[in-house]
Amino acid sequence: MNSTQLTIDIAAIIAMSAPLIFATMGIYITERAGVINLSVDGAMLLAGMAGFALALVTSSVVIGFVAAALVGALVAAVVAYLGITLRLSQTAVGFVLALLCTDLSSFVGNPYVQQSGPAVAAFPIPGLRDIPILGTVLFRHDMVIYASIVLVPVIAWWVYRTRGGLLLRGLGERPEALFARGVDVIRSRYIAVIVGGILIGIAGAAYTLDLKQGWTYRHIAGTGWIALAIVIFGAWRPWRVLFGCYLFALLQTLASRMQDNTWQIPTQVLQVAPFVIMIFVLAIVNTIGAPAMYTRIQRLPVPLQRLVRYLSSPAPAALGQPFEQQ
Amino acid sequence: MIVSIRNHMATLIAFIVALLIAGILLLTSGSDALQAFAILFWGALTTPGRIADMVMLMSPLLLCAIGLSISFAAGQYNLGIEGQMTVGGIAAMGVLRFYVQGDAPYVYWLLALVMGMIAGMLWALLVASLKRYTHVSEIFAGLGLNFVALGAALYLVFGPWKRPGVASMSGTEPLAEILWLPTLPATRLAWITPLIACVVLVIIWRILRHSQWGLQVRACGLSPQASMRMGIPATLRTFQAMAMCGALAGLAGALQILGVYHALVPNVASGIGLMGLLVALLVRADIRFVPVVAFFFAVITSGSIQLPLSLSIDSSISGVLQGLIVLAILVSRAVRKEGQS
Repeated sequence: MNSTQLTIDIAAIIAMSAPLIFATMGIYITERAGVINLSVDGAMLLAGMAGFALALVTSSVVIGFVAAALVGALVAAVVAYLGITLRLSQTAVGFVLALLCTDLSSFVGNPYVQQSGPAVAAFPIPGLRDIPILGTVLFRHDMVIYASIVLVPVIAWWVYRTRGGLLLRGLGERPEALFARGVDVIRSRYIAVIVGGILIGIAGAAYTLDLKQGWTYRHIAGTGWIALAIVIFGAWRPWRVLFGCYLFALLQTLASRMQDNTWQIPTQVLQVAPFVIMIFVLAIVNTIGAPAMYTRIQRLPVPLQRLVRYLSSPAPAALGQPFEQQ
Repeated sequence: MIVSIRNHMATLIAFIVALLIAGILLLTSGSDALQAFAILFWGALTTPGRIADMVMLMSPLLLCAIGLSISFAAGQYNLGIEGQMTVGGIAAMGVLRFYVQGDAPYVYWLLALVMGMIAGMLWALLVASLKRYTHVSEIFAGLGLNFVALGAALYLVFGPWKRPGVASMSGTEPLAEILWLPTLPATRLAWITPLIACVVLVIIWRILRHSQWGLQVRACGLSPQASMRMGIPATLRTFQAMAMCGALAGLAGALQILGVYHALVPNVASGIGLMGLLVALLVRADIRFVPVVAFFFAVITSGSIQLPLSLSIDSSISGVLQGLIVLAILVSRAVRKEGQS
């Protein structure tokens, strides 16, 4: 493999990760606010379908993305109403919605299957695109992919450096403390869940209007679940979630590479490999970080202790728990 | 008594709301909603052949839903059920491949079913262990293992067990016809499958409702900490509940191979496990209603297969309707609870 091939591969990995980044950041915001939205897999399919269909009808990619964002927000609003206001089990609601939205996308999207429609136009950044190597890797994509690159730093800055971000983290860690200070916890959680839903919707459109450029039944089924797993893998920290997205895309690229070799492994097996590896990495990271391991960790040299503590940051304390305002 | 009537009314209203939404969806897509509903609710029951197909869908659904009500009672969301069905199918096929012309088929049936149950059980125990010892939520452990099981099935179908000549998604070389479960004349109804499902239903019902064990499992589901303080071995009960669920899913997978596919196909589970989760969500841990809901969902699903041909409506409306019904009934329960407090 020569160096040009390598830069092209890296550029492809960055492009492939774009929808996953939108989805994982949407989930990240939702879960930081203490709410589980398990409907992601179905919501992405439904939003992707709606985005593609509207872009096809109006021949406007922008309208497609807006429609997808609205669908994502709508599904999230249902999750919020049932999970926050009615205090139903967020797991149950999310799971049912995931199945419901998947079937709904097949039913409503039936006329649009395998049609060729508009797609996001490539937009190499003038000047920057001609930088050797870096130009190919970073600056010959389209607006959606640039947005995905910028998204994580922006969210990381907002969550850790602003008042609003502090509020968001408080919603997921100690909502009762916020409530005592006069914050409307329920309303704030609604906002976080719906903003998360908008990002999840955009993720769906990023598949149908950009990465896959088209719509068929259930064609991205499974990615929503993977996005949920990546957020856990990333231990609810934006940069590590980003790393998880790129790692997953890298594994997928490697899987498709290995088909050319003489390994004699059927293609279909390699395609499921990244999903499997994610789960096992999750298991290992969680084992290291388990409370039972603390005494053993304390015997390690200090830099290693720090590394282990970094790897094993826990979930938001109030994740999935309904809040009762009195 | 009055509360019970009110509960039934609320469920009925939720059901009607779900139907209305599905009806509006059908109308906006330009189809005849009434005709579509007629096919959804009656289409599967019009001819003996169709009833047979419906029963062959209902039986594995029943097995999965029974298993899931056990794991739900223990407070576990066993999303790995589809993988547990798949490994059950793989294990069954592994046994059946040893068949030599002239052997008695029922020995192989029995072995295949037992091995399917063991495989499904081990797969579910893996999920339970990942949760207990590495703190991976059972939802993601289960989903991950679904992919592993699917990968294994694909590997076998396209690799070592492939059809001589062409390997394809349609599955491995079909079993010798003597190994197919016997069917009622002129239908695809392999009567052993529903028979097993009914026997399992009665047994599990007895265990869950009328035994100390069932009570302890339900206690673990309500509060693991409290039940541990009461001296109930909560971890053990949770593992046992997951193991039973996995075993029943594996049994369903093995029966699919013996009675429906007659070969190993990559998609042994084909969404039946997920539908079982919907059924289990509706009935919660109350296993009495499992057959009713499973029957209803099986009727809708097999009825919907006729929709594309007779009315050119996409068959996925059956899944939409099921999702809407479950969601509406969940909402009606929450609203009721709110009203009582």
